[in-house]
Formats: sequence, C-alpha cells, structure tokens
Amino acid sequence: MTLSTLFFYLFAGMCVASAFMVIAVKNPVHAVLFLILAFFNAAGLFVLLGAEFLAMILVVVYVGAVLVLFLFVVMMLDVDFAVLRAGFLKYLPVGATIGILLLVELILILVAWVTAPEITAQAPTPPVSQMSNTMALGQILYTKYVYLFEGAGLILLVAMIGAIVLTLHHKRDVKRQSVARQVERTRERAVEVVEVETGRGIS
Amino acid sequence: MTIGLSHYLTVAAILFTLGIFGIFLNRKNVIVILMSVELMLLAVNLNLVAFSAFHHDLVGQIFALIVLTVAAAEAAIGLAIIVVYFRNRGTIDVAEIDLLKG
Repeated sequence: MTLSTLFFYLFAGMCVASAFMVIAVKNPVHAVLFLILAFFNAAGLFVLLGAEFLAMILVVVYVGAVLVLFLFVVMMLDVDFAVLRAGFLKYLPVGATIGILLLVELILILVAWVTAPEITAQAPTPPVSQMSNTMALGQILYTKYVYLFEGAGLILLVAMIGAIVLTLHHKRDVKRQSVARQVERTRERAVEVVEVETGRGIS
Repeated sequence: MTIGLSHYLTVAAILFTLGIFGIFLNRKNVIVILMSVELMLLAVNLNLVAFSAFHHDLVGQIFALIVLTVAAAEAAIGLAIIVVYFRNRGTIDVAEIDLLKG
C-alpha cells in the first residue's frame, strides 16, 4: 500500500464522513464547519489528482470566501433552527430510499462504462517535468478558452451587482448627507439679510 | 492496489447522493439546502477533475473552474435572497415561502 493510496482513503473517508455530518447535525453552524472540512479534504483529493491550482482555488476562494459567507449568514439570521428541523424523521425514509436508489444507479454506471477509443484530448496535459499545472492551465485558459474565462468574469460581476442590489436598503427616517445638495448650495439661497426694526422682531 | 478512476468516481457519487439526501432531510431549512447543493457541485467538480487527470486532458479542469465560478455566484445570490427574505418575513421556512402563490 503506497502513501498515495493511504492518503486517497484518508481524504475520501474524511470527505464523505464530513459531508454526511453536514446534512445530519442539528446546528447549522456546525454544518457549515463540516462543509469546510469536506472542502478541505476534496482539495486534498484534487492535489492527489495533480490539479494543484484548482485545489488551492478551492481552499482560498471557496473555503475562504463562500463558506465564510455561509457562516456569516447563519450566524446573522436569528432563526430558531429547531423548528426548521421538525419533520426530519418523517422525510428520512423517502430520502433514504431515493438516495440509495440513486447511489446504486450511479455505481452500476461506474462498473459498466468504457471510454470511446477514438476520443482524443482537446488540450493534452503537458508532463509535470516540463510545466506546472498552474502554468499549463493558464496557457490554455487565456488563449483557447478566453471567452469562457470572460464569461465567468461577467457572471461574477452580475452576481456581485445582484447581491448588492438585493441587500442594500435605505431606511426612510435616517438623515443622510446629500453631497449634491451641499455643493449646489449658494450664498443667496442660504443667507437672507433682514432689516429688523427695534422692538418688533421678525414675524 | 492502485487508485483508479473508478475510486474517484465512487467518492463523487457518494458525495452527490449525500447532497440529494440532504435536500430531502432538511427540506425546511433553506440554508442547509444551499449547502447540499454546494456538496453536489463539489461532487461534479471531483468528477471533472478525475476525468481530466486520468485522460490527460486539461479541459476538464477549465470546466471545473467555470463550475466553481457559477457555484460561487449562486451561493452569493442565494444567501442575499435569504437575507432579504428573512428581513421581510422573519422566517426562512421553505413551507412558508408562498407569497407568489405558485
């Protein structure tokens, strides 16, 4: 048993176990933390497969940004999660049935498939001694698949704008600074010189 | 015993099934449903990277990168919708999200 085999079973076992805990634990904060553990182990599997860049992206971007966002939202919402958990056992049989059926189907596919012999690689991976995974990925991502890359950037832009538009809201009764009104204010409109007669005041 | 493509595909299949199972189990809690969707997307990514590695074709990793992008966008928008919904209704129970009367 080589070291890589050992690590495969370690990462795979941890990944599946923590994925199970994600759906089984009561506290959603714990669920997010187990999801982070699952993603870390998946990143380990990616490293074993030789996809170092994706592994690092998974850890840095996914765990660092998306899952922390999950954690943030779970902690920010003041929800009684016990109420949301009612009916957990009611849905267990049907969920388990469908899950096991799907798993059996997927594994049946796994044992009975072959790759078409005439298939050729679209972008053959250069040997590791020649070029690192990140460099090889960059060399085809920015040339052959540059439109995909820009489309992905556009999707992120739209998502960012959408999230900001959705969550930004101005309270009506809060006084705010209006820079435009301050700048357009002139002396004539702001100050009025009044002659006041003694003893009369301004009515 | 060497680790082949089938091993990785089996892990991905189990992860995907756990994701679907999670949607059925926690069908009242939107946040856990979103997390289950993330698990399923992770399984898909694992499949793509495994095929990419064993067929020596980098396109699979490009595809996985795009899937990661879409998953991040989906999580951001989904969580924003959840926050807005909670602000307006005070609950995130899926069964009570029926304002559209669909």
